[in-house]
Amino acid sequence: MSARLSPGRAIAAHAALLTYTAIALFPVFVIVINSFKSRRAIFADPLALPLPGNFDLVGYQTVMTRGDFFLYFQNSMIVTVASLFCVLLFGAMAAFALSEYRFRGNMLLGLYLALGIMIPIRLGTVAILEMMVASGLVNTLTALVLVYTAQGLPLAIFILAEFMRSVSDDLKNAGRIDGLSEYAIFFTLVLPLVRPAMATVAVFTMIPIWNDLWFPLILAPAEEVKTITLGSQVFIGQFVTDWNAVLAALSLAIVPVLVMYLIFSRQLIRGITAGAVK
Amino acid sequence: MGALDLKRITKSFGATEVIKGIDLEVREGEFCVFVGPSGCGKSTLLRIIAGLEDATAGDILLDGKRVNDVAPARRELAMVFQSYALYPHLNVRDNMGLALKQAGKPRAEIAASTDRAAGMLSLQALMERRPAELSGGQRQRVAIGRAIVRRPKLFLFDEPLSNLDAALRVATRIEIARLHRELGATMIYVTHDQVEAMTLADRIVVLRAGEVEQVGSPMELYNNPANTFVAGFIGSPQMNFLDAAALGFAPGKVGIRPEHLQLSRRAGEIAGSVSHIEKLGGETLVYLRSDAHGLITVRLFGEHDFAVSEAAFLTPDQNRLFHFDTQGSRRMP
Repeated sequence: MSARLSPGRAIAAHAALLTYTAIALFPVFVIVINSFKSRRAIFADPLALPLPGNFDLVGYQTVMTRGDFFLYFQNSMIVTVASLFCVLLFGAMAAFALSEYRFRGNMLLGLYLALGIMIPIRLGTVAILEMMVASGLVNTLTALVLVYTAQGLPLAIFILAEFMRSVSDDLKNAGRIDGLSEYAIFFTLVLPLVRPAMATVAVFTMIPIWNDLWFPLILAPAEEVKTITLGSQVFIGQFVTDWNAVLAALSLAIVPVLVMYLIFSRQLIRGITAGAVK
Repeated sequence: MGALDLKRITKSFGATEVIKGIDLEVREGEFCVFVGPSGCGKSTLLRIIAGLEDATAGDILLDGKRVNDVAPARRELAMVFQSYALYPHLNVRDNMGLALKQAGKPRAEIAASTDRAAGMLSLQALMERRPAELSGGQRQRVAIGRAIVRRPKLFLFDEPLSNLDAALRVATRIEIARLHRELGATMIYVTHDQVEAMTLADRIVVLRAGEVEQVGSPMELYNNPANTFVAGFIGSPQMNFLDAAALGFAPGKVGIRPEHLQLSRRAGEIAGSVSHIEKLGGETLVYLRSDAHGLITVRLFGEHDFAVSEAAFLTPDQNRLFHFDTQGSRRMP
């Protein structure tokens, strides 16, 4: 640490940060503790911890038995991973082209590709649905992957292009003189050096996709292609809601996205990049 | 093998012309240094030779063959960069062998070539390390080794010593000179440091604002500069430019190097007062302020004592005067 804080200020800073952490984590905490309680206990005292008196796994039992929950999980995973792969691959390629090559209309193209950040994709829902119907992709995971790829690309290109501009020209030129193809330069030299940026983009892209209810509801509501967020809705009825099952489903849904986040955040640590230039 | 011929090379970025028609022949086995201030186009010219930039107009001939449309990897040249540009994911051995691997050479030949280059640069102990585990000087030696491995027709150096500290710079400079003697290859070296240019070059090309100011051996440029720019750029400390009219010559400038001035306390042609002294042990630099000519640098050998604002007189060596006209061009006697 370069600037030492005085003890008073350190305590104040920690107090503020801890308060914020508590507020941010509170809803998650409530969901998780209540998922382990009986229905009566949830309503009697929502903030009580699951203790031997009120401990009940009925929510998890319902989730495992009713509805094809593993299928929903699998669908969510397939959609998220496939979309993420497409966003990172095509986003990085477009960013490389925009940052590396001088061509007519480079600026305009970059601006056009970044425009998607400002316009919500949901405004085009009707047109997207019409396209999916016309191409026979309704009720397929492909439809979701395509839409999420389109949704994630603008931000990915915007962030990655900035990072790729910072990759040393000398390194790329050394590759060209040594006979590496442009693809080899992109995959073996540039991509590893922008790994931290890729991880950032991955996290930003992944979470909205995993959590999305809108497009699965509209484009893929059939039983066999339901995602987990849509699947959880079966427990929410117009008159009766099975809170045990809803909370258990939500608790389970946190796990994969948490694991993926941990994987990507490890990538944020720069290691291999040191010593490439200078 | 390795003669280079540039014919009327120009390069523009949009409306700005950075290379304004350069003609140059580099002979086989020659060590040619491009020198000039930053922004003079020397690095751009090197990148055009390498094929990393396209020339806007003009021809590049390697061994008499036009290579304008040949990809960099097929021009049979190697380049050493200021920032080393080692591949971070490969160890030293693979860094050095990559070009041969890309060219599809057999494994045994690659190993023999890398070992030979490693031997020349004493890199054997470092072969399994990654670039991140090397010091700056070691990285630059690996970068030079990577160039040697390919046995190129032409070596290109883009300010290779700029990121090294002073002691390492001298050592690496000597190493590059030794390699040139041993390999006998054609080398083109870009620098803004005139000391590197003077010590390494067979021939120096002085560039300014995209044009060649003068081409010649180091001593030709030192003894016979074509204009005030070359005269001021070559030689350290810089040449003094005196007012010609004040010395009784035709209007313009008179150049005299700091080592060709005599300093006396009693009498001389130019009167002034000492404004600063730098004692370096082996030599003493005296800065003299004169009303007619401004600040004049004098280089004296050995140790000398002068007090600041002491009056002193200068006498230039008449055989060492360079006369320049008002445009800065040399006035030939």
